Amino acid sequence: MPCTRNLLSDRRIWSHPILTFKRGRKVKFFFEGREVEAYEGESIAAALYAIGVDIFSYSIKLKRPRGAFCMIGKCSSCFMKVDGIPNTRTCIEPVREGVKVERQKGLAEIPTNGGESDVEDEEVLETDVLVIGGGPAGLSAALATAKYGLKTVIVNEHFKLGGQLLKQTHKFFGSKDLFGGLRGFQIGEELSRKVMGNPNIKVLLQTVAYGIFRGGWVGLAGKNKLYRVKPKAVIVASGASENFLTFPGNDLPGVMGAGGAQTLMNEYGILPGDEVLTVGSGNVGLIVSYQLLQAGAKVKAIVEILPEIGGWFVHAAKVRRYGIPILTRHTLKAVWGRERVEGATIVQVDEKFRPIPGTEKDIECDLVLIAVGLTPDTRLFAQAGAVMRWVPEAGGPVPLRTRYLEVSIPGMYIAGDASGIEEATTAMLEGEIAGLSVVTKLAGPKAEVIERREKLLKFLWDEYRASPLMARAKAGKESVTVSEEEMEEIRKWNPPFVSFGVR
Amino acid sequence: MESTLRFIRGEIMGENTLNFRSTGIIGTEELRKLGLLPPEERLAKGPVAIVECPELIPCNICVDACHLKAITMEKIIDIPKVDWEKCIGCGTCVALCPGLAIFVVDLSKPDKALVTVPHEFLPAPKVSEEVWLLGRDGRRLGKGRVVRAWERNKTWVVTVEVPKELAMEVRAIWVEK
Repeated sequence: MPCTRNLLSDRRIWSHPILTFKRGRKVKFFFEGREVEAYEGESIAAALYAIGVDIFSYSIKLKRPRGAFCMIGKCSSCFMKVDGIPNTRTCIEPVREGVKVERQKGLAEIPTNGGESDVEDEEVLETDVLVIGGGPAGLSAALATAKYGLKTVIVNEHFKLGGQLLKQTHKFFGSKDLFGGLRGFQIGEELSRKVMGNPNIKVLLQTVAYGIFRGGWVGLAGKNKLYRVKPKAVIVASGASENFLTFPGNDLPGVMGAGGAQTLMNEYGILPGDEVLTVGSGNVGLIVSYQLLQAGAKVKAIVEILPEIGGWFVHAAKVRRYGIPILTRHTLKAVWGRERVEGATIVQVDEKFRPIPGTEKDIECDLVLIAVGLTPDTRLFAQAGAVMRWVPEAGGPVPLRTRYLEVSIPGMYIAGDASGIEEATTAMLEGEIAGLSVVTKLAGPKAEVIERREKLLKFLWDEYRASPLMARAKAGKESVTVSEEEMEEIRKWNPPFVSFGVR
Repeated sequence: MESTLRFIRGEIMGENTLNFRSTGIIGTEELRKLGLLPPEERLAKGPVAIVECPELIPCNICVDACHLKAITMEKIIDIPKVDWEKCIGCGTCVALCPGLAIFVVDLSKPDKALVTVPHEFLPAPKVSEEVWLLGRDGRRLGKGRVVRAWERNKTWVVTVEVPKELAMEVRAIWVEK
């Protein structure tokens, strides 16, 4: 297997059973001084991966080759120098004509000429509601607030709206009125279309909410512009990041988040690998393995350390029917290769998850996908001083919140995976609930709004989450959901540093 | 008594109702126990849907998919209940089920069985071509002729001829490139 590819290879997928990739016009850009091609609409990381670049940087201390991992702007594995600016997240940076991209070797140098990064302007934004995050939860929240006439701003780090819906090619469970039966990307497109057509919503793409400040100010940083906003309410739907695993060789290019691989293949139409080993049999591991098969890759096996498959049976049955083995009671021992994954060693474990010597098996592959769960992105809550608790069932530290999704910072709301890991349908439900709560708070209680919110809450808690297979996630959310009175008590003991809206 | 105990402890493979959670494969015995398998007499009469959906998934797409209202659920997390007498095996639910967990089996023909499966891979299947017949574990069980193929939102619904004894085994096809 060639370790370093020659930049002439094309990993793009040109025919696919589900997707039609609408590629923009061809553009030329520079990778380490060499002119290369890409299609408009691709991220720099995707464009580089497409032409065979595996190594995105060299590690700071030992200069080990490093590949890209999450592909959604949550980790630092794709940091590169872009037009002189170091530590640019190339996975959420669109490729453009003439852009100069270089790998970083060790610590980056501080940029000496500002160039394109010059701040042209600073603007104070007037809005009722600020929604942070443009995925299923954020979009649903914004549609709910805008519907009742509240001026709403959505900030989104990515250059596209839709979040992780855009890479979901499978049809969603649920019911017809919850977009059930549609493929995830179709839901993403529909929500984005509704948002873009709503006169009450303003969308800021490629913009980061970098902090919450005294007096209820939020700082936003766009590409060439800074914003200050003092909204009457903030809804944070910042999503989650993929978990990593410890094993020898885990930093080799080709060890990738399962979701990262899904972004490459389904959003950009780029095959992340030819022969794949998936670690983890939760729904993400199962679904991504099936989708890799659809994209033309061979999935050698899915390993699962537990005695049971993690995800839904029907997703497992889908991969089993095409001969993909699911090896329960197995784990990854090591990954090996020179400058890219060339294979992995798996091993059986006993009932205490200890590797059983002598059961090692080598699997040749060029891609090892890590699908071992997600961690909520709750940094803005932590920074704002919201009262938080570490909840393993939710995936990490999450803020306490009321049933109406308000956290201990008055006027600050949470929705989606940031509130505890579940999936996109619950994210859309939570988004709308948070949005309606903001409407109730800012526009006064309206019977119609309260009724809709109660209906959604009842459905979410008593019906949707009633399945035994969702018991763990439900327990996690229950443990951080408090009554309004309890929240007042929490605020007494932990006076908020900041609040939004008039109280 | 001993076999019951072994069954409860999950030692008899293929019989424990929860075995599918560790294998990703459901057996006909498990389907029967869950009430998901039509009776023999109904199978012999003509095409009928078999819903291989043994878990409490919050999903009721199949209920809405069926024009004849042959699939029912009380709550969204219920296991779908098929009224075998109402179902005519049209395959609409095969196309729409998000879990790709519904199949149609027709055992009314004297020589061959017809099995209808969802298919989401390239190349698209064509009527009258021979395709590989796959079992629930992906094993190639032989080749069969496609007699019908139609598509809805990129899911193909493919009916293939299958030897009668494999009607409860074949659950996927593979089209050679």
